[in-house]
Amino acid sequence: MTVDVGLTVNGVRHDLKVDSRTTLLDLLREHLGLTGTKKGCDHGQCGACTVLVDGVRKNACMNLAASLDGRGIVTIEGLGTEQALHPMQAAFIEHDGFQCGYCTPGQICSAVGMLSELKRGLPSAVTADLREAAVDMVEAEVRERMSGNICRCAAYPNIVAAILDAGKA
Amino acid sequence: MPDTILGQPIDRIDGKAKVTGAARYAGDRRAEHPAFGVIVTSTVGRGTINKVDIKEAQAAPGVVLVMSHENAPAQAPFKHAGDRHARPKPQLNGARVHYYGEPVALVVADTFEQATAAARLVRVSYQTEMGAYDLAGNRRFAYTPAELVQGKPDSSLGDFDKGFAQGAQTVDATYTTPYQSHNPMELVASLAQWDGDRLTVHCATQLVDAAHHSIASTLRIPLENVEVISEFIGGGFGGKLPIYGDAILAALAARQLKRPVKVTLTRQQMFSVTTHRAATIQRVRLAAGTDGKLTAIAHEVMSQSARMDEFVESAAASTRSMYAAPNRLTRHRVVPLDMPVSDSMRAPGDAVGQLAIEQAMDELAYKLDLDPVELRLRNEPTEDPEKHVPYSTRKLVECLKRGAAEFGWDKRPSVPGTLKDGQWLVGFGVAAAIRGNYRRPATARVRMDENRHVTVEMDMTDIGTGSYTIFAQVAADALGVPIGQVTVKLGDSSYPQTPGSGGSFGAASCAPAVHDACMEIKKKLDAGQGPGNLQAEVKSAPGEEFKKFSQYSYGAHFAEVGVDTSTGEARLRRMLGVFDAGRIYNSKTARSQLVGGMIWGVGSALHENAVVDQRYGLFVNHDLAGYHVPVHADVPAVDAIMLAGFDGKSNEMGSKGVGELGICGAGAAVANAIYNACGVRIRDYPITPDKVLRGLMRPANLAQQR
Amino acid sequence: MRAFTYERPVDLAAALVAIGQPGARFLAGGTNLLDLMKVEAETPQHLVDVSRLPLDQISEENGGLRIGAMVTNTALAGDSHVREHYPVLARAVLNGASAQLRNQATTGGNLLQRTRCYYFYDPSTPCNKRAPGSGCSALQGYNRIHAILGASDACIAVHPSDMAVAMMALDAEVEVEAPHSHRRIKIADFHRLPGNTPQNDTILGAGELITAVILPPPPPGGQVYRKVRDRASYDFALVSVAAVVETDGERIRSARIALGGVAHKPWRALEAERQLAGVPLSDDALAAAGETAVKGAQGHGHNDFKIPLAARTVASALAEAAKQRKA
Repeated sequence: MTVDVGLTVNGVRHDLKVDSRTTLLDLLREHLGLTGTKKGCDHGQCGACTVLVDGVRKNACMNLAASLDGRGIVTIEGLGTEQALHPMQAAFIEHDGFQCGYCTPGQICSAVGMLSELKRGLPSAVTADLREAAVDMVEAEVRERMSGNICRCAAYPNIVAAILDAGKA
Repeated sequence: MPDTILGQPIDRIDGKAKVTGAARYAGDRRAEHPAFGVIVTSTVGRGTINKVDIKEAQAAPGVVLVMSHENAPAQAPFKHAGDRHARPKPQLNGARVHYYGEPVALVVADTFEQATAAARLVRVSYQTEMGAYDLAGNRRFAYTPAELVQGKPDSSLGDFDKGFAQGAQTVDATYTTPYQSHNPMELVASLAQWDGDRLTVHCATQLVDAAHHSIASTLRIPLENVEVISEFIGGGFGGKLPIYGDAILAALAARQLKRPVKVTLTRQQMFSVTTHRAATIQRVRLAAGTDGKLTAIAHEVMSQSARMDEFVESAAASTRSMYAAPNRLTRHRVVPLDMPVSDSMRAPGDAVGQLAIEQAMDELAYKLDLDPVELRLRNEPTEDPEKHVPYSTRKLVECLKRGAAEFGWDKRPSVPGTLKDGQWLVGFGVAAAIRGNYRRPATARVRMDENRHVTVEMDMTDIGTGSYTIFAQVAADALGVPIGQVTVKLGDSSYPQTPGSGGSFGAASCAPAVHDACMEIKKKLDAGQGPGNLQAEVKSAPGEEFKKFSQYSYGAHFAEVGVDTSTGEARLRRMLGVFDAGRIYNSKTARSQLVGGMIWGVGSALHENAVVDQRYGLFVNHDLAGYHVPVHADVPAVDAIMLAGFDGKSNEMGSKGVGELGICGAGAAVANAIYNACGVRIRDYPITPDKVLRGLMRPANLAQQR
Repeated sequence: MRAFTYERPVDLAAALVAIGQPGARFLAGGTNLLDLMKVEAETPQHLVDVSRLPLDQISEENGGLRIGAMVTNTALAGDSHVREHYPVLARAVLNGASAQLRNQATTGGNLLQRTRCYYFYDPSTPCNKRAPGSGCSALQGYNRIHAILGASDACIAVHPSDMAVAMMALDAEVEVEAPHSHRRIKIADFHRLPGNTPQNDTILGAGELITAVILPPPPPGGQVYRKVRDRASYDFALVSVAAVVETDGERIRSARIALGGVAHKPWRALEAERQLAGVPLSDDALAAAGETAVKGAQGHGHNDFKIPLAARTVASALAEAAKQRKA
């Protein structure tokens, strides 16, 4: 069965007819050619496909394209370009927050979404006092909040350094 | 030090492509009107296929091809001999099932969704046979392999039994390490496309040249009719040394359909269709005098090997070189099981070998009431104890001493279970690291245009190691041009031949070739030629130094771990590694690799375990929710220090391998820290809460928790 | 994934009608349903997308809280009222999954999560929950993550939710709608034990939709959620404990204990709770309560460790909750 889906991706409106089974991840990669968003597990177990849906970080593999009709998506390609890097992208390069680079688009999109969650005062499992409306951006918080993004090269210490750096700005 | 870009912590030159999503991995490649292939895998561990019923699948929407052994095109037969990674890898070439999760069919459809759904409609019936899946239970079938990568399977020196009997203190312990799965983040994928009789395969491979040979020989077509492209690889760790069914099946289907075909493994399939690290059972015996000097070392290894294809986990190979002792014994045995094919995974042999031997050294230190750093210092050899040749360079002592000082080793509780921090018992652990240093022949082509822009071409790969960047540094240094003036092109079989990425030999093999080719260019420049239209292609190969000298890279790990006294959860608190890998080409990317390797060690100590269901031969927990690798929250401050060095025996650039060194010994440091924290010694990796808890509940330990 | 048709009804009434189609299932966050559809452990023919129904409000109600079924995990744990008065719930939710998944997963969907049993996820193996009558692979197989309480010969799977464990300790109720019915189900009754029909995780009838979870006024005392797992994050519980303890400093006035990772449903340890009421606060009393909580527990080999682990985690969580002494 095909469904009609209208999406804004990186500011560009797309009206598509897709298989009802098509996930946002496969739609981005196979229909729109936006292959920066990676498939690492297809089951919400690795975070490589993290994108921003209406500004909120989500796993693209765990969303049917059909159910996102009308939503706005930002992928790694929409955050910045080689000529005009997003500060988070620049920080990842400076701190060598990746090796093979495959989980990197997901890490970066996740980090951008994470900083906005922090700004909104949302707590995490390691937040000491849940009643505090503001949460400090400290290493332990960043680690816990980024745990949905697996990096098999294990660039974790550098990723956290990059995020703390970019988050200060 | 001369003013050079070599060694500088410059940013990766492919960094912008990777952080913007512009870097194209195999599965990102696109083609006109592609079809999508999905592999169907066996659901028995051993047996014969009775019938593959493809009727339903074939009739499913969008399906354009269903291939099984009943209709697959003829391919070259599988060969046991020869280069493991370059030989033919025929697919769907018979009714025999060798392991659970072996490819038995391919379904190709117009869309990924259609192919995935139709793949479930292929009905395969089997004549199932009783398989052997349990390593310990089948040890009676163990045999002695013909050879290891590092030489003979067994070695002995002096009289082990006598030396062991002489020891004032001894350790005789058996350690086990589980199956581990590489699980690079990138799924193995191939896009195959034919243009007449010419085939292009975009695939995820560490070894382009081997893949090139493997694909051409399997399809029985001339090498020059195949181009293999692997420009960006989403992690390898040994898991992308061979090519797999995706590459061959995509090529076969694309030829038949006259249409590009993309085949991607699922994460679940990665566990069985690709290789894994074999499980091992290792007995270590150590004896030492009251002076802490070893009188005897024995390291005996039994590992799984797929019945269909031998692989030896050479876990005791480096034990032959590590510590001084007059009486020595190493043995390797393999047990053939009806399991998927095992192969190299980051520091094959060494990674699991040092989980055992470096924990045994810790046990011996406690028995001798000697600081475990000191025990290692007292057993520092003056030459390779079994080869009787000098070390090319060896700075293990410096690694240990520097690490102890920087880490604050003097604050280690000398009695286990005595340092408390709230609910946590805290402990420190140390382990040494050793990794064989390898080099292979490699050829580089360097060109310079009239603007003095330099282009380096090799079929070498960058699997996240930093190859693109360090070869640019080597070229910029050699030719005295800014690094921005250097373009490095890798990952294409049309470029000159290199060994690729594996065994940490990539940089040590290829950098000299790049350097030498640049020197040729320089000679031409000096002779008044150019700068435009200059080209040099130079092959560089190892010499006699690998026979004349014992060549390894070294390190020392220091870990601080907390153990929850109620639950047995062990968590890393901080870790430091100090490493001796000769000259470092780029201190930023090298440090990243070392830290990454250390975290792999943490994972092997605490998490990683591909569990076999002994009834079926199935890796039960075959996804990233069930197979645990460390996540951000598991990794607090981890740092690596690289000692300044230069090993001219390794190569004229002075470098040794880096990529696998970090994992060696790292897990043992964590295990030793757990013992130091809570007095529980776990010899069966990984050290999960259930095992620690069992130890904590032993009466002797209950007292300590008060 | 098997082919299905898709619709997104405009309101609740339309959704309740749409679900009457053959093989229809509700889709909310989809973080588990889609996951299971991909391995064909779930094969709906028709999806009724309820994710945009206006059921995403949290409001105070009779001194307690009414949580709309479409409230995301993130919104629930981030709600100031939940953080202030039901910290055990906020903690439990924050200990589950990853931030990305919590941004999408809903309150109703979380209650309907299906087990993480490896065999349930692998259609190449027998599983009574996925294919009734095919057998239980876990019973004689690799059962390290499986149940120690309330299991049957047909199934030893555990319920994977953290959120539901806290709700169990809080005596939550689940509000359910069908075209001609509206009911509230005590959470203790909502999930079921496997018995001979492990394919049914809950008592929900065909076509019933969870519309809200109702929390009674917050219980007095300190609240703690303790999750024991292999990894430090992004991992399902080996054992988890939601504990609420009210003391006067010396004596325990009341205690509530719920466990996760031990049974086919969130497990309330009522006998252990009764045992603690009115007794002096001591390590021994808490340890004894831990032992009572696992009375009758049965291991299946690989998961034997869960019995002492659960007992010790109960004791430790109770001690931590008692320390908080929240009035």
